[in-house]
This record gives sequence, C-alpha cells and structure tokens, in this order.
Amino acid sequence: MPYIPHTEEETRAMLDCVGVRTLDDLFADIAPSMRPQHFDVPKGQSEMEVCARLEALAARNHTNVVSFLGAGFYDHHIPRAVDALTGRGEFFTAYTPYQPEVSQGTLQAIFEFQTAICRLLDMECANASVYDGGSALFEAGMMAIRVTKRRRLVVDEAVNPIWRTMLASYTRNLQLELVTVPHRNGVSDQAALKAALGSGAGGECAAVIVQNPNFFGVIDDYTDLFAHARGQGALGIISVYPVMQSVLKTPGDMGADIAVADGQALGMPLSFGGPYLGLMTCTKALIRQMPGRIVGRTSDVDGRPGYVLTLQAREQHIRRAKATSNICSNQALCALRSLVHLSLLGPEGLTRSAELGMNSARYAAERLCALPGVSTLNDAPFGNEVALKLPVDAYGLADALTRQGYVPGFPVGRYYSGMDNVLLVACTEKHSREHIGMLAELMGAALRAQTTKGGLL
Amino acid sequence: MNIPATVSYTDTHEWVRLDGNDAVIGITDYAQHSLGDITYVELPAVGDTLTQGAEMGTVESVKAASDLFSPVSGTVTAINEKLADHPELVNQAPYEDGWMLRVALSGRPSGLLDAAGYEKLCQE
Amino acid sequence: MNTLFADSRPGRTGALPRRPELRAADMLPPSLLRKDRPRLPELSELDVVRHFTRLSQRNYSVDANCYPLGSCTMKYNPKFMEYVASLPGFTALHPLMAQLRGAGHYTQGALQILWEMERLLCEITGMAAFTLQPMAGAHGEFTGAMLIAAYHRDRGNKKNKILIPDSAHGTNPASATLAGFEVVNIPSRDGILDPDDLEAALDDTVAALMMTCPNTLGLFENRLPALVEKLRRVDALLYYDGANMNAILGKMRVGDAGFDVVHLNLHKTFGTPHGGGGPGAGPVGVSARLEPFLPVSRVARQQDGSFCLDYDHPKSIGYIAPFYGNFAVVLKAYAYILRLGREGLRRASEYAVLNANYLRKRLETILDMPCQRLCMHEFVASAPQGLRALDIAKAMLDGQVHAPTVYFPLIVPECLMFEPTETESKQTLDALAELLDEIVRRGQASPDDLAHAPYHTPVRRLDETLAARSMVLTEDMA
Repeated sequence: MPYIPHTEEETRAMLDCVGVRTLDDLFADIAPSMRPQHFDVPKGQSEMEVCARLEALAARNHTNVVSFLGAGFYDHHIPRAVDALTGRGEFFTAYTPYQPEVSQGTLQAIFEFQTAICRLLDMECANASVYDGGSALFEAGMMAIRVTKRRRLVVDEAVNPIWRTMLASYTRNLQLELVTVPHRNGVSDQAALKAALGSGAGGECAAVIVQNPNFFGVIDDYTDLFAHARGQGALGIISVYPVMQSVLKTPGDMGADIAVADGQALGMPLSFGGPYLGLMTCTKALIRQMPGRIVGRTSDVDGRPGYVLTLQAREQHIRRAKATSNICSNQALCALRSLVHLSLLGPEGLTRSAELGMNSARYAAERLCALPGVSTLNDAPFGNEVALKLPVDAYGLADALTRQGYVPGFPVGRYYSGMDNVLLVACTEKHSREHIGMLAELMGAALRAQTTKGGLL
Repeated sequence: MNIPATVSYTDTHEWVRLDGNDAVIGITDYAQHSLGDITYVELPAVGDTLTQGAEMGTVESVKAASDLFSPVSGTVTAINEKLADHPELVNQAPYEDGWMLRVALSGRPSGLLDAAGYEKLCQE
Repeated sequence: MNTLFADSRPGRTGALPRRPELRAADMLPPSLLRKDRPRLPELSELDVVRHFTRLSQRNYSVDANCYPLGSCTMKYNPKFMEYVASLPGFTALHPLMAQLRGAGHYTQGALQILWEMERLLCEITGMAAFTLQPMAGAHGEFTGAMLIAAYHRDRGNKKNKILIPDSAHGTNPASATLAGFEVVNIPSRDGILDPDDLEAALDDTVAALMMTCPNTLGLFENRLPALVEKLRRVDALLYYDGANMNAILGKMRVGDAGFDVVHLNLHKTFGTPHGGGGPGAGPVGVSARLEPFLPVSRVARQQDGSFCLDYDHPKSIGYIAPFYGNFAVVLKAYAYILRLGREGLRRASEYAVLNANYLRKRLETILDMPCQRLCMHEFVASAPQGLRALDIAKAMLDGQVHAPTVYFPLIVPECLMFEPTETESKQTLDALAELLDEIVRRGQASPDDLAHAPYHTPVRRLDETLAARSMVLTEDMA
C-alpha cells in the first residue's frame, strides 16, 4: 500500500498487541447500519500513471499565451531561488509553530515577513497573513466595526469587484450596511466618498474602504479622505498592490488606519486562483483588534532571542465565540514565499519591477490608442495597468485575440454594467516591446475586420 | 489567598471598595492568580456609563482572556492609567496599585458578597 | 540567529531585473510617490539562500521525524504531489482565463480536475454536492454556517442559534458567530454527546448542531442516529467537522449517517503539506436540500462533455473566495486520491487507527489513560501523578520527536493527545514509546530536571509573558 510501511508480520504483531483479530475489528463502534452504502472511488494508480494523467490535464490548459490579464492578479517573474528555498521539506512539512523551541525557522520567518510588509506599506503592525486580499478586506472592515461600534462601511466602487462581492457574501448575516460609492469613468469619486461618510457631528460610518491603484489602474492620494474619515470617527482602510507600493505614496503616509493587500504578486504563481496571500497591517492602536496569528520577539531562559506566537488571547482557541475572527491558521508558506521574493529583489529590484510594468503599460497605451476608436478611459495617472475604451465589445475582441494566442486584457463589463467596451490591460516586467507591438497589430487587424464586416461583435 | 475584609466582592471575582458615592474596582487576588501573568487590561473610558452585572472590559494573560463585569452602576470618573504599560501591577498588588477604575455611583449596588461569602465561593 | 535586516548591506543586490527606461519620478507627479525607498533587506542571492537554509534547520518537520500532534493529522506528504502542482500548465494559468467569453476551453484541464474532485469527495463522504472554494478548515466552517443561514432564511425559519459541544474546536463557535448565529454550548460526558442533553437545549430557534466525530477524545459518537432524529424533528441541520476524517475513510460516510454539511481539511486527510500553518483547503459538502445555496461559481459539465463555470444559481450565498479555491492545494489532494484509490484510502484509515491503538497500548503502562477502550485515529492520555503534560512535551523535543497536542481537549487533566497517522512504522512508534518511558522515569526521579526541558533545541523555553507585554512584533518595534 502506498505510504504505509507495515509489513504483514508487523501488522499481525500490532493487532495482537491491541487485542483484535482483524483491521476491521478496530471499527466495531461504527454500527453496521452506519457503514457506507457504497465507496466507488476508482482503484489506486502508480505514481507514474497519476503523473501522466496530471501532465495530460495540464496540457489541456492554454498557458502558452501572451497575456495582459491582471485585474488584481499579476504574472511576475519569480526568481528560481524562491521555489528552491520554500520547497525545503523543513518548511513545508511543518505545522503551525505550536512548539516554539523547534519552530524558530517558521517563527523568525514570520517575524521578518511582518517587518518587511510593515516597511513596504509604511504601517506599524502586521499579522502573519490571512487567506487572500478579499478576506483581508473583510477582516479589516470587521476590525473597524468592532473598534467604532458602528455598522456602516463606505466602499468605493473602484475597489476590486471580486473582493467587494466577497465582502457582500461575508457580511450578509451580520446586520451591516455596505454603502457603495460609484466611480466616475474609472476614477474614484473622493467628494462622493466624503459625502457618504457624512459631515458635522454624529458620524455613523465605521470605515471608508478604497484601493490604490484602483481596479481601473488609477493612482490617487487618499490623504484628505482619511483625514475626513478621522474627523467623523471612522477608520481609513486601503487595499494596495504590493509591487507598485515600492514607488507609490504609502498607506502610512496617507494616514490609513488599516492597509491590506493581496500578496500574490510577491512570488505566488497564478495557479488558477490560489493559494494566494492576504496581507494585513494596521496602526499599533488597533493591534488587539487584528485577527489571525501574530509573532513576537522574546528571549529564552538562557537569554537568547527567540520568537513565539503572541497576543493569543484575541484568538478563537481561547475566546471561542468572542474571538476577533474564526481564523485559525495563516498562509505561512505563501508568506515565506513573499519574504524570500522580497529579500531577493530588495528595494531596488522591487522598484524596478514596478517601473518596468509602468513603462510597458505606457507603451501599450500609446500603441493601442493609436488604433482608430481606441482611447484611455480617463486621463488620470496610472501604474502598470490601464483601462482602454474600445470601439467594439471588449469581450468579443478578447475572444478573437485569445484564439490567436494573445489575451489582450480583462473585459471590465464582466463586473461593471454599461462598460462592455472597456478593456483593462496589465503589464509586468515579463512583457517586451515586441509583445506589445504584436498585440497592437493583432488588435488593429481585429478592429479592421469588424469595421469591414460593418458591425460590432 | 488574600481576601481583605475592607472590600466587597462579586461572584465573577471583581472587588469593589465603596467610599461614599464613589466606588473603586479591581479584580481579586484569586482571579489574578488563576489567570496567571496578566499582559493586558482593557477598561471602559472615563465618562462611560456602567450597569451592574454588565461587561465592562477584559483582562488578558498569555493563555486566557476573561471578561470583567461591573459590580456597580454609575459613571466612570477615573481609570488606572498605569495598567496600560504595567499590567503586572494587577498580579503584584490586586487591591492597591492594581486597581482598575473609579466610578461615581448612580445607585446602591445589590447582592455583593462580603469577605466570608467570597472565601466560601472560592473554596467551592 | 541574525534577521535578514541585520545582515542587510546598503547597495548589495540579489535578483535584480533590468534597468527601466523611465523611472517612477519620470512617470508620476511627486505627490503620488513615496518619500523613501522601502527599507527591505539588501542581500546577495547567496546571502538569501544561506539565511533561509539556516532558518529551515531551526524547524521541525514531518520530513525529519514523527509528528504525533493530535487533531492535526501530520502524515507524510508524498513528493510527487509537489511535482504535479508545479506543472506550468497549472501554475501559469490565470484564473480569469476561465471567465472570458468563449475561453472556457482554454482551461478545460483545470475545470475537469475541479469537476472530478467534487465527485470524488461526494463519493468519499456520501454528500450530494461539494464546493472546493473554502481556503482553509475554518473558512469551510464559516461557509457551512453561511449555508445553514441561507437554508433557514429561504424556508422562512426564524432560527438564530447553533449548538456546539463544549469539547469542540474553538473555530466552531467563532465561525458560527461570524455567520450571525448565537452559540449555545452543550455539555458532553466523557466527550460523548448525550441525546438527553441535546433534547434539553433543543427548540424551534435551533438552526444546527456542529459536531466532531470521532470526537476530540478520539472516540466514535455511537449515539448518532438518536441525535439525527431529534434534530430533524425541529428542522435543525447537522454539521460535521471533518477534522477527524482520517479515522473513517471507507468505514462510514457522513452523508449516509444523516449529516447535512461537512467540511474536510485536505491538508489533514488528503496528504497536502501543512506548510508551517497553511495554505490548506477546506472543501464543503452538503446534502441535497442545501445544494442550491452553494457558493458560485460552480463547475458544470455540458452536453458535449466539456466543462464550464456556472453562475446561474439564484439562491447561492455568493462568492466566498476570489476564484475557485486554493486550486494548487486541491490539485495535490486530487492526485493523492487518484494514487491511493478506494483501497488505499480505506487502508489509510485502518492503519491510522491501528497505529493509534498500538501506541495507546504501548503507553498504557507509562502514562495515565482516561479511556480504557479502543480509540479511533487518535487518543488522549494524562501525565502521570506529579508530572505535567507540558514538561513531558518539552522533554520530547530533546528526544528529537515533536510533542503531541497538550491541554486539549480541556476536559482531560494534564492532557496529551497523540495522533501517529498511518505513515509511521512500528519501529518509529516503539521508539516513541521508549522515549516516553525514559522521560517519565526521569521526571519521577527529578521533576525539576523535566521542568527545565528542553536543553538541546535551537532555543529553550521562551518567555511568552514578556512577548505579550513588550510587543516586539517587527524589527522596528524593538
């Protein structure tokens, strides 16, 4: 049997020691009436057969394309050392560090991760991570609700719609009010966000939630908005793109109370949706509202420095129904990946990574906007991702180009009604000028074909 | 176990020292001992209104968290600011330097235990 | 050991991308830029490799030795699963590829895996349908509790309470609260739920009972049918916490037994690595009456045999993950199930239970056993008179073995909870028993000696009070 080391003699000796005759006798407590009616799982296969099957299935996914898909999830180069180091069994076959004396590897790595993420986002405290950017946003909202004892969250419509949809599902049973403030042509409407927070005395909002760059790639400064929120007794929550954060004004500098992110871009492959990495940071004043695991430095009985899980009284295994969250674990291996990735790149490397994407996005905007009928959705500053208005339905165009091996971007109409002709184009250091040139040619040809056909897709 | 006769007690292990219209509140020696090394005390703010028997804060140790219940009804007039940086005062001197808050009473508390009653409770 | 930041040297670089033509300041106004560079470590690639290699050597892992941590199922994680998950056909697949119109066929391999995995888990558990989206066990619980809320809302039931035995994992009450329920604790006797205690707590406001079976003492809940019958009478649902699923593969299917919701921990039962605390995956299975409420997207098979994402489920609780769950983790578990097959899965549980019982018998004369009867895949013991569970656990670390779970469940004094799993050999279990025998003798001869263990680990006992009071959570808070 795979992975079961027992010889026949050993099995016999062990059964005798236990005092039963057969293996099935060990299950005497499960009454015959409760035994399975059937258990028709396929017969086991050899490792070679399973690998061959999975290789064949992998080959049915079209990954040999040039893709400009982003929308919050980006294809960055991952240095090979990330896999080599995080692939060490000492890391990935360990469990949650319950025995700190023999878990200093995981614990110190999380401490370093917390430090790196705080420095990147310019915030005071970080936890050991949560599942993804969406759950991080939800947990941030819940922190605000607990600390302000208010039940309304103001959310910018230009926050990633996938995470907003998660937020709506998660809060469904909690008697909370989500107020969504519409964007204007892809630009966050700060005046409307302020208005939604209210003015004068007696604020009722727990927090305002924004994203930078926002879903449409637009970069903004939310300092005034957060100051206004503070005046209303509400918290400022911001979700960021950690690679771009190497160059953009920081959440800390803007006065955010809580800053979150999806850390996928820091060394996680896209892997069809996960596992990713939820980054959570906050001001020191809010640390006891933070969910999840947190590592702290201390010393051992001989005075040597060491690391432990700390502030555990917030957590579910102690507080049960009153815990800050139900979260039990963290994405430790993903957090480790991001830490190795950040250490390899360093400040200059991460900055270059952001800037290369920005260079390419500018070149893409220039080339694509030279096509008839194509323009940027707005004139706002952008980073590595830009929203383009097309003369045709973006879904149809994406379909046509994908068939030719170029995924031109994400059709925004998938999540925003009335924006069927808007395409979101993302670039990273992986895109060359040749890729972009080819995209422009193919898109030009597709647009010409549709114009001569005399109709839109 | 230190159970001074000069204060009154609750069955949730708070003590209260009544002084005219004022009350000083903390947790008992028995409570601090059961919790172990206290790492954090969360208290209401000055000006908050308390209701007897209702939750008013939390005490945390490394491996436990315990809610605090108000032994009296009234308005908070002071909190022990030292506990923010020195929660160990609750372990070291629960009835003196480890006091938690001072309350202006809005009525007479009822059903409090005296030292003998509390001692009996702890032995059960 | 130094941190990365202490070893950083300004100007040193590791994996540096090429120099960009335009820098950020050439492209954006200063008001949108950060003032200073992020103070990330500046290291060479070799610096980084050495740092993390050394860190890894300060960790304990299944790959190094036996990890009998109760309730965590630390079985061997087969290496080929890592190969499978690293195939570029999976790692390079953007999740939004499946949401482009007409582009479903670009992701057929991935969708087929999801579709087949749902059906495999249905067959293993006897449930009607599965969602693979929950990203961890606790996330599965939360999803399950949201499904329960949606079911009752749809039926017009006014139910706001979930019953949870006092012996349950702490995530159960926390997850139920997050789904808007009031949690009512019910007592268990010797870890087993008494139908009369359930009856006493049961009324029209009860939405569900959450339970772990076998329970946290490693005992099988043998009065299940009576519990199910009582719940059905008031239209309350029964939730199965799959933490202990490794005990019953092929021996009992929770769907057949009357459970309405179950979450599985793929990182426990189905061999995916724990990763030092994650990522895991917590798929949720439901009975037929809860299927309409499952999260979207769902994976469907079309008439031509191809697979697509299906969002047309008006009663769905909505998105609970950004996409389709922790796909790479699901992928590994799928490969594990194919590898083991029905016989291998059944054998896994048989040998998990055999190993637990064998170790229990070997320890009978060394530790105190609160339950003198057959256990399932794990069992609890108490430290012998005069010794503390914590001290025994710490002394085990010196013996190069990971400690069992200690002080859980709370209902057993000085509790040590062992789960050896099926992948450990008789020799390993014998060595573990001998080590414990030696530790207990040592402790009885000199309790003080044990109270200061461990002596030979990378660090010794750490001051947790100091950590909580001083709150040094980053290099910059020191």
